[in-house]
Amino acid sequence: MKTTRTLATVAMLVAASGLAACSSDEGGSDASNCTNTITKQDLPVVTMWAWYPNMQLVVDNFNKANDEVQVCWTNVGQGGDQYDKFQTAISAGTGAPDVIMVEMDRIPTFQIQNALVDISGYGLDAVRANYGDGAWKDVSVGDAVYGVPVDGGPLAMIYRKDIFDKYEITPPKTWAEYEQAAQKVKDAGGPLFGDLGANVPALMMALQIQKGAAPFTYDPAQPESIGVRLNDQASKDVLEYWGGLVRKGLVGTQDQFTPEYISGVINGNYATYISAAWAPGYLTGAGVGQGDDTGTFAVAPLPQWDPNNPVQVNWGGSAFSVTSQSKQPELAAKAAYGLYADEESLTDGWTNQIIFPLNLTALNNPEFVDLKVAFFDGQQANKEVYVPAANAYQGVVYSPFGQYYFDAMTKQISEMSAGSITGSQAADRLQEDVTKHATEQGFTVQ
Amino acid sequence: MTSLTEKRAPRTQDEKRKTRGKTRRREHLTGWLFVGPFGVVFLAFLIAPLAYALYLSLFQKKLIGGTSFVLFDNYVKAFTDPSFLSGAWFVIRFALVAIPVQIAVALAMALILDAVTSLFTRFSRLMIFLPYAIPTVIGAVMWGFLYSRSFGPLTDVFGFFGATAPDFLSSNLIFYGLLNIVTWQWAGYYMIILYAALQGIDPTLYEAARMDGAGRWQVARRIKIPLIAPALILILVFSLIGTLQFFNEPQILRYLAAGTIGSDFTPNMYAYQQAFGLANFNYGSAISFALGGVVFVCVYAFLFFTRKRRSFL
Repeated sequence: MKTTRTLATVAMLVAASGLAACSSDEGGSDASNCTNTITKQDLPVVTMWAWYPNMQLVVDNFNKANDEVQVCWTNVGQGGDQYDKFQTAISAGTGAPDVIMVEMDRIPTFQIQNALVDISGYGLDAVRANYGDGAWKDVSVGDAVYGVPVDGGPLAMIYRKDIFDKYEITPPKTWAEYEQAAQKVKDAGGPLFGDLGANVPALMMALQIQKGAAPFTYDPAQPESIGVRLNDQASKDVLEYWGGLVRKGLVGTQDQFTPEYISGVINGNYATYISAAWAPGYLTGAGVGQGDDTGTFAVAPLPQWDPNNPVQVNWGGSAFSVTSQSKQPELAAKAAYGLYADEESLTDGWTNQIIFPLNLTALNNPEFVDLKVAFFDGQQANKEVYVPAANAYQGVVYSPFGQYYFDAMTKQISEMSAGSITGSQAADRLQEDVTKHATEQGFTVQ
Repeated sequence: MTSLTEKRAPRTQDEKRKTRGKTRRREHLTGWLFVGPFGVVFLAFLIAPLAYALYLSLFQKKLIGGTSFVLFDNYVKAFTDPSFLSGAWFVIRFALVAIPVQIAVALAMALILDAVTSLFTRFSRLMIFLPYAIPTVIGAVMWGFLYSRSFGPLTDVFGFFGATAPDFLSSNLIFYGLLNIVTWQWAGYYMIILYAALQGIDPTLYEAARMDGAGRWQVARRIKIPLIAPALILILVFSLIGTLQFFNEPQILRYLAAGTIGSDFTPNMYAYQQAFGLANFNYGSAISFALGGVVFVCVYAFLFFTRKRRSFL
């Protein structure tokens, strides 16, 4: 609202990005402003963007052990902030790093813009056995591989033992039981049972996939045609289910990853938190489970629609990709394969619950499997919940316009939570909106 | 002057003309030199980016099919795009409410501070102006926390009366939440402008008015306000342009309430999202220009209806 700003501000930003591209070239590929210190000065250097909290250690471990290439790492922002920068660098044609951390659901978005390199030719066979098939599927488009899996996000239900004990409920095994339990807690004057955050559309997508939705079908051999199914019965059912929980006052509608939500979790305003395996680490970092709420959390498998045919899904999960702006893709691929793949880094990652490792050396490590997770009061969460969920995960086809899809979904969930539309209407509108966007972008929607 | 020229008489007409021409040329050159630094910056950082954005807005880039020249298609799309239209409608509605509120608050404070003279006045003036000195981003973050129902004061205040605190970040109340932030931030700034204008009024007018039997209220209404009308119109134009380009506050609060404040909440945010979130620089530029058009129409309409009052443009 600065009055001095003219209508040109945005226009200037647009043009400035063109100018800035010249200078951000340095930001991207100049090795002089790394966050880490490179000790082996005479080796070639690849630049990298990533936001894992223990990335400094991971990069140092890699650089120490490697005599071919050194990594120059910077954290340019988490999630959306980094993607905006990467997207701008793609449009500018310059300024991207050699290696970049991306969440798996974003890979097709960048791949379709030819922003990522197929690394299958740069030594994939040597590491293929280190990861499961579902993990590879998530980083692949067709046969081409656009990332090295690092972190998975099998979904589970985190819950408050104190609330469950107080209202005498056991962890619900199905979504029907989940609603019954929520009603029981509410009738007894208890807190909300869960939360439907409009700002976490990826979670909603995962829950829809759990019921059998297949939002996108996409064959990279025919990149111009795409299948969009956002309002099939399964998608509608799941939106209706959550819309119903909101309407009945059983779950909240607070945006997640906000101070407001975190304080709610600490205060015990929510009996459950449907989230991924990385959530305990995130919550710990945000200060949850360290005060009065120490030892109150436990985790149970994700409730199912059909307990006889359980389906496990993922939220998030991330990988290291090589960008097509890299002038040294082979060295960059070496870094992508090697980073966060050494035992020391992986162990640091899983003991501090920063990542849920997809690397099988960690995933099959008895110490990891049997770990008594402090956040869950010593519960063997990996063995009981997360590892089986990860092993049952089958992979998903993500869309090449992930950002638009998620923005549109956020809008619809928000309207549904406000009570102005039903879940079915939300699904229909989403389908219409995304189909229109896909058509505008030149796709043939089937 | 005349005597000097008479003494230097012996020069011919021709020479005179030559020198005058030289001086004029030199004066021209000096003038350009003075304007130069500004001109270069103006061209490089305003005109060139604008021209470039205009150029960009005439193209369309698709994920499949690449870039093509489409002339005004992006503008046609913008003015039929529900996201742009609802955003534009929001900022217009917001301007219609926020501007009168801000100006009323600023005017009331300026009149009070002008009429009352005590030690307290200077302090109050500074305090009222202070929010403007706080960066928008910090102001928005601060209010985001004040609105919080977990750690903001609202829960306690409303709890005292046995009521539940309103959630100013919910879709029903976000309008008022933002209205409050904007007024808090800008009323002090407008107050200073109005106060300065009030200080410029000749005090003899008040004396004359008092002699004619006018009270304080009448002096304020019949003398002060009409005399600062140009300043009022100036800040109205400022706030109109600023409000139509609403960006900072909602963009910051979006981190707390992404569901309430969508990426297309205001036209400027929509342009930002298109350009930097979706890599659609072409459509983003078109939206910026379309917004520029809306701003121009609104400001022109406003100036047209107030043309008798203004003296600054």
